[in-house]
Amino acid sequence: MKKLLLAFLFAPLMAYASSSVQLDKWPGSVSDKPALQNGAKLFVNYCLNCHGASYMRYNRLTELGLTEQQVKDNLMFTAEKIGEQMRVAARTDEQKQWFGAAPPDLTVIARARASADGSGADWLYTYLRQFYRDTNRPTGWNNVVFENVGMPHIFWELQGEQVRNHETHKLELAVPGKLSPKEYDQAVSDLVGFLVWMAEPMQEERKRLGFGVLAFLCVLLVAAYALKKEYWKDIK
Amino acid sequence: MANTNFEKYKSDGSIQGNVLEWVDARFPATAMWKGHLSEYYAPKNFNFWYFFGSLALLVLVIQIVTGIFLVMHYKPDASLNANGVPVAFASVEYIMRDVPWGWLIRYMHSTGASAFFIVVYLHMFRGLMYGSYRQPRELTWLFGVGIFLCLMGEAFFGYLLPWGQMSFWGAQVIVNLFSAIPLIGEPLSIWLRGDFVIGDATLNRFFSFHVIAFPLVILGLVAAHILALHETGSNNPDGVEIKAKKDANGHPLDGIPFHPYYTVKDIVGVVVFLMAFSAIMFFAPEAGGYFLEYNNFYPADPLKTPPHIAPVWYFTPYYSILRAWVWPIFGLDAKFWGVVAMGASVVIFAALPWLDRSPVKSIRYRGPIYKTFLTLFVISFFILGYLGTQAPSYWGEKLSQVCSLIYFGFFLLMPWYSKVDKYRPAPDRVTK
Repeated sequence: MKKLLLAFLFAPLMAYASSSVQLDKWPGSVSDKPALQNGAKLFVNYCLNCHGASYMRYNRLTELGLTEQQVKDNLMFTAEKIGEQMRVAARTDEQKQWFGAAPPDLTVIARARASADGSGADWLYTYLRQFYRDTNRPTGWNNVVFENVGMPHIFWELQGEQVRNHETHKLELAVPGKLSPKEYDQAVSDLVGFLVWMAEPMQEERKRLGFGVLAFLCVLLVAAYALKKEYWKDIK
Repeated sequence: MANTNFEKYKSDGSIQGNVLEWVDARFPATAMWKGHLSEYYAPKNFNFWYFFGSLALLVLVIQIVTGIFLVMHYKPDASLNANGVPVAFASVEYIMRDVPWGWLIRYMHSTGASAFFIVVYLHMFRGLMYGSYRQPRELTWLFGVGIFLCLMGEAFFGYLLPWGQMSFWGAQVIVNLFSAIPLIGEPLSIWLRGDFVIGDATLNRFFSFHVIAFPLVILGLVAAHILALHETGSNNPDGVEIKAKKDANGHPLDGIPFHPYYTVKDIVGVVVFLMAFSAIMFFAPEAGGYFLEYNNFYPADPLKTPPHIAPVWYFTPYYSILRAWVWPIFGLDAKFWGVVAMGASVVIFAALPWLDRSPVKSIRYRGPIYKTFLTLFVISFFILGYLGTQAPSYWGEKLSQVCSLIYFGFFLLMPWYSKVDKYRPAPDRVTK
């Protein structure tokens, strides 16, 4: 009865809460190591030029199944030592002048972008695939999910150029890129996977440990309950 | 019961016995052990609802111990580091990544904050159901209300420390509320912040309050809460005073020693609680954005106001009451009256022992009016809590006004409805 009443009272509010942006579900997985490695490669080649990941150290990338030497050779362009943080090459004050605002640090962006609309991964996966040509913008690009975004479409060579159809408001591929739409979606998915992993590199370990702790507590519960029964058997 | 004079320990001649006798002659070790544990007689009919007192104590210990380790690595510093990120925010991520097991300690603390409120709300609801606040336990109840107030302060100050967007703007909104007080409001809010906006000075003083001042007061109040409880003895689901019926030894007929009976029973409660706690901490530490708000993963930015500032879930019922007041009266801002209503909604719990005029304590023997009011109160509390997480809306405002009315009606009409309500006489002895 109480539940019914609550549902009845919340119904009009739920309608208000529904959002306008439809996010695509991120198809990847954070335990897919090869995909995460590919994502790391895309991240250091494209994102790290402007965005930092300053809570993240390069040597942690070895957890993706790479050796320290592989990280040094393939993923470290601006740092000297493997224990350094993934800092941005550009200076923040200069970036402020170029883009109007300093590009945000991306270490925990996958957690920050989560909302009632979807996970942070969903948001990023949709955002990175929905840039379109807009001559009114200083960068020449606009985005469906993030309107009037300061960031240009850095993957335009890979994705090609999309335009927004004025009647259907849908995006159409006007100039094909180096990758097919399917390949591009896969590349973005890998990158998002890396961002999700980087936002909480211990997340797999956390869940593994959780199973162990819960298993232990189950055993402890049986023992604790038996102890209680034994002590209480005389109490009437 | 705590103050009964227990006999001093007499040594049996062994070394341990001699040591204990020596100690006991100088410190009330035996008296405390017996008075509070092995010969503290608690009613034998405690049910599910009686787990939450000991669980609150457990969460307090979790928060203090994890807090000690967090303070070893956390830096209350709002200045920007070389990467352009506030030092405080970066130090939390440092704990999450670079400090061995730091993530576990931090998640225990963040999950513990919400768990504390869940446990305390259930503990308070138990008190409402069984009339635990009634004579002779008024002081136990008042100390409890004091703990609750301090806990809210503790949580509020602690929430600023990660220095994320919600930390910053939440604190900004709440401290600004004080500026609604006539005449002294503006200087008062500046005095509280130590600056014209939330800044480094605010972060440092909140850190000090969070790690020293409030925990000290809370510990003192918890000690007083338990001492007062053990003086009167515990209430029970029947609302019967077990001390009224004693056996030949002077022990309550319906009482059993707290230790070992309730210590072993509470261990079961602790394990079940830890299972729920671990399930959240290991598998969903953000709890869908309710325990860790998503927006708080952005560092505090004084130039970027988030479109929707929502407090953490445990404050949202009171936040809704604040927002529900939209009428300026007596030449004072609606905001001022909202603040007054919000403050009153928390403090009013303290008046309960004197508002309730029912001849019986427990809900088991009360009539339909009290049961209806309590049910409506709980539903309103949930609806207000939900509305506080949502952006303001027309119907949300109307609904929060109705619920606020019910919330206050539960208290203010109690002297009337608790008296006229039907009741069944409570039994002499506890039932099963």
